[in-house]
Amino acid sequence: MTREEIDNNGDAMMIDDPNPKIENEFNVHYLRIYYGNLFPYSDIHKWLSYGHDGKHPGCDEYYFGRREFSFTLENDVYLRYKSFKNASAMEDAIKSNFPYKIDIGAVYSVDPDKRHAYAHSGTNLFTPVERELVFDIDITDYDDVRYCCSGADVCAKCWPLMTVAIKVIDTSLREDFGFKYILWVFSGRRGVHCWVCDAKARRLTNEQRSAVAEYFRVYKGNENNAKKVDLMGHSLHPFLARSYVDFLKNFFEGELQTNQSIFSSKEKYEKILGMITDEDIQSDLRGKWENSARSSLSEEATSLLRWEQLKKTLQSKKNKALSLRTCIEEIVFTFTYPRIDLEVSKQMNHLLKAPFCVHPKTGRVCVPIDPNNCDEFDPLAVPTLSQLIEEINAGGLSMDVDDDSDKSLLGKSIKFFRSSFLEPLLKSCKEEIESSYKTKIGKSKDTFSW
Amino acid sequence: MEVIRSQKRTASNDIVSTPTLPLYLTAPPMEVRLEEFELFAIDRLRVLKGVSDGLARGRNPNEMDDLVDTLWKEHMRLPDVSEMINKDIISHFVLRLVYCRSDELKKWFLSMETALFRHRFRIKKIEEQRAIVGEFGLPYKAVIGAELESLKERLVLVARSLCQTSSDVENIYYKVPFEEVPDLVATRRVLLQKGYAFVAGSQLVSLVVTQFRSHLSKALILTNRKWTTTIREREKDRLTPIVEALSTSYLGPDYTQSSEYADISLKDIDQVSKSSFPLCMRHLFEKLREDHHLKHGGRMQLGLFLKGVGLKLDDALAFWREEFTKKVGSERFDKEYAYAIRHNYGKEGKRTDYTPYACSKIITSAPGAGDHHGCPYRHFSEDNLKAALSRMGLSSRGMEDVMDKVRNRHYQLACTLTFEAVYGTSCDTGINHPNQYFEESQKILKSKTPTAPV
Repeated sequence: MTREEIDNNGDAMMIDDPNPKIENEFNVHYLRIYYGNLFPYSDIHKWLSYGHDGKHPGCDEYYFGRREFSFTLENDVYLRYKSFKNASAMEDAIKSNFPYKIDIGAVYSVDPDKRHAYAHSGTNLFTPVERELVFDIDITDYDDVRYCCSGADVCAKCWPLMTVAIKVIDTSLREDFGFKYILWVFSGRRGVHCWVCDAKARRLTNEQRSAVAEYFRVYKGNENNAKKVDLMGHSLHPFLARSYVDFLKNFFEGELQTNQSIFSSKEKYEKILGMITDEDIQSDLRGKWENSARSSLSEEATSLLRWEQLKKTLQSKKNKALSLRTCIEEIVFTFTYPRIDLEVSKQMNHLLKAPFCVHPKTGRVCVPIDPNNCDEFDPLAVPTLSQLIEEINAGGLSMDVDDDSDKSLLGKSIKFFRSSFLEPLLKSCKEEIESSYKTKIGKSKDTFSW
Repeated sequence: MEVIRSQKRTASNDIVSTPTLPLYLTAPPMEVRLEEFELFAIDRLRVLKGVSDGLARGRNPNEMDDLVDTLWKEHMRLPDVSEMINKDIISHFVLRLVYCRSDELKKWFLSMETALFRHRFRIKKIEEQRAIVGEFGLPYKAVIGAELESLKERLVLVARSLCQTSSDVENIYYKVPFEEVPDLVATRRVLLQKGYAFVAGSQLVSLVVTQFRSHLSKALILTNRKWTTTIREREKDRLTPIVEALSTSYLGPDYTQSSEYADISLKDIDQVSKSSFPLCMRHLFEKLREDHHLKHGGRMQLGLFLKGVGLKLDDALAFWREEFTKKVGSERFDKEYAYAIRHNYGKEGKRTDYTPYACSKIITSAPGAGDHHGCPYRHFSEDNLKAALSRMGLSSRGMEDVMDKVRNRHYQLACTLTFEAVYGTSCDTGINHPNQYFEESQKILKSKTPTAPV
């Protein structure tokens, strides 16, 4: 990825080094400026306070202070169980440490800073009490089905896998689980994180989180089995059926084929043939495709043609065996269905990177992604540290995120964070605090207003 | 509950009216006779041990339903329904006291009571099940009318995804917050919409059992607290000894009096040891013949077994003398060993007629160097055990089944499987006592050749 490519996607920029190394995207000096001027402290504080801003008698003024943060400093020094009384304490700590990474943990029963004071009483008083339901999707988990990149790289051909993952999971979180306050964030390099912030979600037990994660789980892969998706039964569960019909099928037959051409070479199509449990069908197709190996069609066209042949063959043999009935869907799911990191979601005490951090390897800011517009999101166009610093240097553009006319690179993201996520969330939090306060004191007449 | 000694029982008007499956939510204010305290608990314990046995044998849910039904009728039935419910409730609460006292006991009790509840629930009719759900105070409403219509198609899809045919698709669904049925959500066995799971009547078990388990788990912690702080001390002369004995009790016949199947004489003993002894006794017997000696633990275990098997005192003395004098001489035998044998038969000292050891006691013994007692399934190395089993005539297939049970620490089941393999018959009750093994074996052999000595 070079500056020239970025140039094609973003605003015109000053290039001060004709051959910049990737490391120049990120350096400590820039990071200091970022945390000195750009990081949205008060927005993060407002979010994680969930309405407990002290202005209502029903507020828990110590709520924010019981949240665990962790800092990863230069040289991989790792500081856990950090907690802050308020926004300015958090700001001071970040500005004196300039962490390379900030993680957000759970809200505990007592101040994480003071947990040792409670360790002697025998029973464990230091326990997580609330934590967002979180998901982590990383494109390296798809390495067996993407042919353009592998490992840490990501490009326009494979990023759409993340896009479709967002659509499937987001829809399910809202439609099936009834969650409303969901934040999707770019992880900075090659994946996305999801923060479900409804009160109900924050109070889920580990067992319940595990249940949600397992509900989403389809892919059960390791190197030892050729078939990693097993859709048993006479039909798909409505959630899987909806995902297939609304998102996966079209993505597979369209964008995926264009980008990955999954049938175009022998090595590629053997992988798919291995998923068909019928030997006869396998050899039938293998024969056809070996014969057409030197056709004049493009990779993409060849791939599409072979997919049609496979579908037709399977359709005609559908009644042969139960396992063949869902074979087509299984292939589609293998290549397109979201692969979440289960461990991240299952435990309340699992830490996850904070939004608006800067990724040390790419220099990109972990900006929110709009799930309703995720097709438009381009990981390679996300503002980098140096771009942001350049913007400041260029002057004139005063970063004033409260100004609606702010067109700065980061301002857009912060505005989105506020209007689409934070404001609706805080409104509902305050309603909840007010109503549970009213219930507690049994008053129905007096209302306290904010 | 109040434990009393009176002869009559006061009328209890505290039984829950319709459901015959109590939830044990609170200890009802009943009076319990002291004898019933122990006897009821023992009967329930037989049921729980039967459940434990069934689960260890890998019985599927339908088989477990039948097993529980049989066990319950066998041990817990009383002519009067309200008396039966009383027994149910009393026995449960007594066993709570017994099994709250350590984490291991709690875990076992929780598992078995939950399994018992699950299978008793499963065989209830749907109306009764719904009544029980209501009892728990679970506020789930059945989905009806327009809402049900709008969900019908997708509910059918869910059923089909679980390989259920359309005739299985049910008529009653409950709307339940998804948080309450995590296992059904995790396995995608329910339809979800806006945070609610639509649970079929047949899946209600899952819901109720989760509640039952969670409630009992908390209750056990509270019971333990009460036990250690007040009850144990207060009841140390009355209930405490009973409670403490119950968790380790063996519940079968004690074999102190030999039966018709156990009446052997010295001349038969070698043959009988090969044909009818369980592995533990066979091993001790062989070692005795080989070394002409056994250490104390072995003498007790084998000696009492032989008594149960019908060896009379004179024959026993002759038997042990014959072996021991080969090593220690006649004088030393009389001085050091004869007394103990007579003691076992109740002819010395306080004249207790000692009972032969049950499997539970043998398994928990701790043989040291030079000892040969204990349970071979537990105490032998895998290689030694396999060698011993092949000497008993087990095929390699049979041996694998036995070794599988051993690895899962089901020692008595391993012995039972050995029995079944050797005699070619099934032993549904399971082996709990070496003398039981002997008697069952003799029964089978005698039925095959009624007159010849076995």
